[in-house]
Amino acid sequence: MSKPVIATASLAGCFGCHMSFLDIDERILDLIELVEFDKSPIDDIKKFSRPVDIGLIEGGCCNAENVEVLRYFRKNCKILVSVGECAVMGGLPAMRNTIPLKECLEEAYLNSPTVAPEDRLIPADEDIPVLLDRVYPCHEIVKIDYFLPGCPPSADLIWEALTALVQGRPLRLEYELVKYD
Amino acid sequence: MPDKIKFTVDGKECQAEAGMTIYEAAKANGIYIPVLCHFEGLKPVGSCRICSVRVNGRWMAACTQPVTPGMVIENASPEVEEYRKAIIEMLFVEGNHFCPACEKSGNCELQALAYRYQILVPQFPYLFPKKDIEAFPKFLLEHNRCVQCQRCIRAIQTPDGKKVFAMKNRSGRVRINVDRKLAARLSDEEAQKAMDICPVGAILRKEVGFRIPIGRRKYDRRPIGSDIEEKK
Repeated sequence: MSKPVIATASLAGCFGCHMSFLDIDERILDLIELVEFDKSPIDDIKKFSRPVDIGLIEGGCCNAENVEVLRYFRKNCKILVSVGECAVMGGLPAMRNTIPLKECLEEAYLNSPTVAPEDRLIPADEDIPVLLDRVYPCHEIVKIDYFLPGCPPSADLIWEALTALVQGRPLRLEYELVKYD
Repeated sequence: MPDKIKFTVDGKECQAEAGMTIYEAAKANGIYIPVLCHFEGLKPVGSCRICSVRVNGRWMAACTQPVTPGMVIENASPEVEEYRKAIIEMLFVEGNHFCPACEKSGNCELQALAYRYQILVPQFPYLFPKKDIEAFPKFLLEHNRCVQCQRCIRAIQTPDGKKVFAMKNRSGRVRINVDRKLAARLSDEEAQKAMDICPVGAILRKEVGFRIPIGRRKYDRRPIGSDIEEKK
């Protein structure tokens, strides 16, 4: 039987969840025995090459590209997991959700004291992904099957969830594994 | 000595003194009923309903309801626990609770309750309401995190009995209001008391944030209520 295939992506996140994933230390050797990686920043594979069993999503959706990548993952992954506070609830990027987008852009690109007068311009190039009106948790865009909170979720939680999924057993959630910070 | 009152919690025979609330009576028997708006030493108001129990089939707030002889109390049944979980989730989506950026994280009772119930994601959509932050000489008032438990209103008074905090507006627009003149007269100790009594990170003393390292905070290793349960 072939190994389960996993893929990962970082949307509007800081890559902290990916770093936490790599923080499984020597268990990374077990991981290689357990699964195969497809599209992921970890192996730098850009496109899905086969159907994926488990997709891990870090970060929420703050722009059109995030939405496109998330939908691409949903289409190609049997199970999709929101990893970290940003994917689960928008996280720190969602702190802009109570401020109108126009005000955010004006503050960053026009009114900020660090912007030189000649640089005052809100970027609107067609190659730059369009910002959404607010930051959306992943499950408000596509169906998400499981959620791992934390900023970042501890390596132990990610490992426990991944091995539980791969082995098809229930999650053993010890008290210290569920944290929001 | 008055006779003890007999009652049951989830089938367990319990005894307590007359005049105790259900919460106190359960606690005396080593049973934890989760509370949020209630704080020992303050007059209970029963506003958050997280302590809801079913007594002889009816919903009651354990922090305000006195225990009476023969009560059959349902505390840890799946239905009661699901109901409480839903209230906690509603409190999370109704405010802006960015735990990673909150200095109360790890010492927050709302968060600790969510940890105890192992809530991975709320079942309700996030509302991201627009709320503001007010600054006073000794503390900050973070409306994004306030759960309107009214603990600060009940606990913080001037020596001549004037309340520093009060409720403003009604229903969905309700918020905590501060008397600026009285707040300016608060001592460091009273500001600290206000911060400590706030279950969430809504009242924060200035210039003392993030003192306790991660791993040593109140709810890092032990669930809220475990001190009561260990006394069994």
